[in-house]
Amino acid sequence: MGKKHQTPLLDELKKGKWISFVREMERAAEKSERTEDLLGQVEESYRDKVNHWKHGGMAGVRGYGAGMVGRFSEFPDKYPGIKECHSMRIIPSAGFFYNTDFLRKLADISEKHAGGLLNFHGATGNIQILGMSQAEAEDVFQAVAELGFDLGGSGSDLRTPSCCAGQARCEFANYDTMKICRHLTEEYLDELHRPAFNYKFKFKFSGCANDCVASAARSDLAFIGTWKDKIKINQEEVKNYKKKFDVQKYVLDKCPTKCMWFEGENLVIDDENCVKCMHCINELPKALKAGDERGCSILIGAKAPLVTGPRMGMMLVPFYDVNEDAKNDYEWIKSLISNMWEFWDEYGVSRERIGELIGRVGLNTFLEGIGLEPIPEMVEHPRSNPFIKFTEDED
Amino acid sequence: MAEEVKKKRLTDIGPHDYNEYLSPVIKKNYGKWAYHEILDPGTMVHVAESGDKIYTVRMGSPRLVSGSFVRDICDIADKYCGGHLRFTTRNNVEFLIEDEKNVSPLKKDLEKMGYNVGGIGNIVANIVHTQGWVHCHTSASDASGVVKSVMDELYEYFIEDKLPSKVRIAFACCLNMCGSVSSSDIAIVGTHRKPPRIDAERLRNLCEIPSTIAACPTNSIRPDTVDGKPGVKVNEETCVFCGSCYTVCPAMPIANAENDGLSIWVGGKVSNARTKPTFSKLAIPFIPNDPPRWPGVVNAVKTILNEYKKGAEPGERVGEWIDRIGWPRFFKLTGFPFTKYHIDDFRLAETTMNYSSHARL
Repeated sequence: MGKKHQTPLLDELKKGKWISFVREMERAAEKSERTEDLLGQVEESYRDKVNHWKHGGMAGVRGYGAGMVGRFSEFPDKYPGIKECHSMRIIPSAGFFYNTDFLRKLADISEKHAGGLLNFHGATGNIQILGMSQAEAEDVFQAVAELGFDLGGSGSDLRTPSCCAGQARCEFANYDTMKICRHLTEEYLDELHRPAFNYKFKFKFSGCANDCVASAARSDLAFIGTWKDKIKINQEEVKNYKKKFDVQKYVLDKCPTKCMWFEGENLVIDDENCVKCMHCINELPKALKAGDERGCSILIGAKAPLVTGPRMGMMLVPFYDVNEDAKNDYEWIKSLISNMWEFWDEYGVSRERIGELIGRVGLNTFLEGIGLEPIPEMVEHPRSNPFIKFTEDED
Repeated sequence: MAEEVKKKRLTDIGPHDYNEYLSPVIKKNYGKWAYHEILDPGTMVHVAESGDKIYTVRMGSPRLVSGSFVRDICDIADKYCGGHLRFTTRNNVEFLIEDEKNVSPLKKDLEKMGYNVGGIGNIVANIVHTQGWVHCHTSASDASGVVKSVMDELYEYFIEDKLPSKVRIAFACCLNMCGSVSSSDIAIVGTHRKPPRIDAERLRNLCEIPSTIAACPTNSIRPDTVDGKPGVKVNEETCVFCGSCYTVCPAMPIANAENDGLSIWVGGKVSNARTKPTFSKLAIPFIPNDPPRWPGVVNAVKTILNEYKKGAEPGERVGEWIDRIGWPRFFKLTGFPFTKYHIDDFRLAETTMNYSSHARL
């Protein structure tokens, strides 16, 4: 069978060394014919320089308000295969670890009931199956559920939490990112499946300050591994590194607080002044290790530009003893989250992320609302303007 | 009575137990890894306190993949990895290998199949990106096509370690910026340049006027009476073309073939190593969409990468290099014009001015 649509522009993107998504779409179309129409419509976008999707549209499965993203072609008569081209979001396995048995079955499902196209993974971390109609959604959902997988978040809900590979395959992980990620996903399944928030809310878990899941740039609540006690030094390994490269120049001189120096042959660290940035440990992994008193920092409020501009996560809790809290089913963090969501529900407005709410009402109001005390770690520096609003309790 | 037993509908089963997918050596050494070493840009080894090792081979992926792609990587994982594999945040595939002897044959198989092995160390990492024209209704550009064009051009930097530090490039097809786009070494962002068009008739039926008004970051949408009926108007003087209104109101489309394109941002990072996480800053406000190969964008990225490679010290990320040499020099080296668009005029704009006599003259 010949090609259904000519795609001269897209064909240009089959050339070159980097793996081609056009080739992937063609391979998908070999198994699921409707994706021929997707190729046709995308070719048309390449010619017209605009997308050819209608705005949004409803798609979903019974009992859920989230987990599917509706997508309808602007030209259903010309491209009937993608008249409806919805995608389904599936909660990934924590740390994105899988086995081939599951992946093969998922590939089969995507070809049988959808466009044979998948995302590993969407920007928030869901597996996505692309190109199904509303009529097929229930079958896909049940087929996926039989493999032990559930739908992810979308809309104004708790978005699918995600985490780094953590302790499964990284010596830098200061806590079990995969365990808390799975636990809180399970705990808040209702908030994830049934949107009832002002806007989206994201959790992300990184095992150290390298922040491989970019939690501080894109999650409302970022958990970033850290430690409290001294960095453990293996002086022999330090000496080995010194033979290989200029440790003074590339490690010590780049320390943001200059908290390390050599005394004779020995490396000395003023741990009280260390901000746990990870640079020295990254550079000298055999010689330096985080201390034993490990946990994580919690940063709040990160988000992308819409609506009132991008925000980076800001320090809320410098040290959360997550390893201890894990023994109590994460009771402490759940109560903090519950206080935050209550405050956000009470004072936030529609489409206002929690960071924007804090920006609007001020950090002090937020802290009072959730029951945390102000501490200097929360700010870059104390205020420099003198317009202090003293409150009556100072009398 | 019907004999047929109706199968119970599964619902709310929650996240899958990841433990089922961990290989024996990972299970055994969970939380007990001692250190890792990068062996080459496609391979690293993690060594556990027990002395056990796990080798990782990293392979690039376009994120949008076919079932056949999934079967390809499963064949490899079955042949060499006991059926275990994972994905990275930046959409790479990672094969987890217990027996060192399997590393080299696995890589050879991948190369034979035309897959790209690399992405570890001082490299250009796989580009995280959005759906673009392939599957998004708010996109100002395609995503996969730009990413493919840039990665083809920078391919040598994915497979060879020859940059001062890692370079993370990200792509978003509109200001919704799905993914951590706004804090990347180089960010490519889909950008509109014209205000939304109002379809008053559809707006009445499809949109809630108060939430449409509230969607605007610059308060440019106001209530209006159109043909004696409630509607909205847009103050085009203050509209910043962000497309937020279109997200909540389908009757305010903003896509415009001749005026949509891409902007380039530099110097952001999310890691806390050495310096704090920071947003990327504007390098080029607008490059027209030029499918299928977007030469303007590819050249701009290449220009930044070449100057960075020439000028940065070992270990410096793009933002650290620019901080050291200063923005005037960055614009001089790259030849990108500094324009009025580079001066911020939104919330917090005042915090970005140079309050000092410091100037590199």
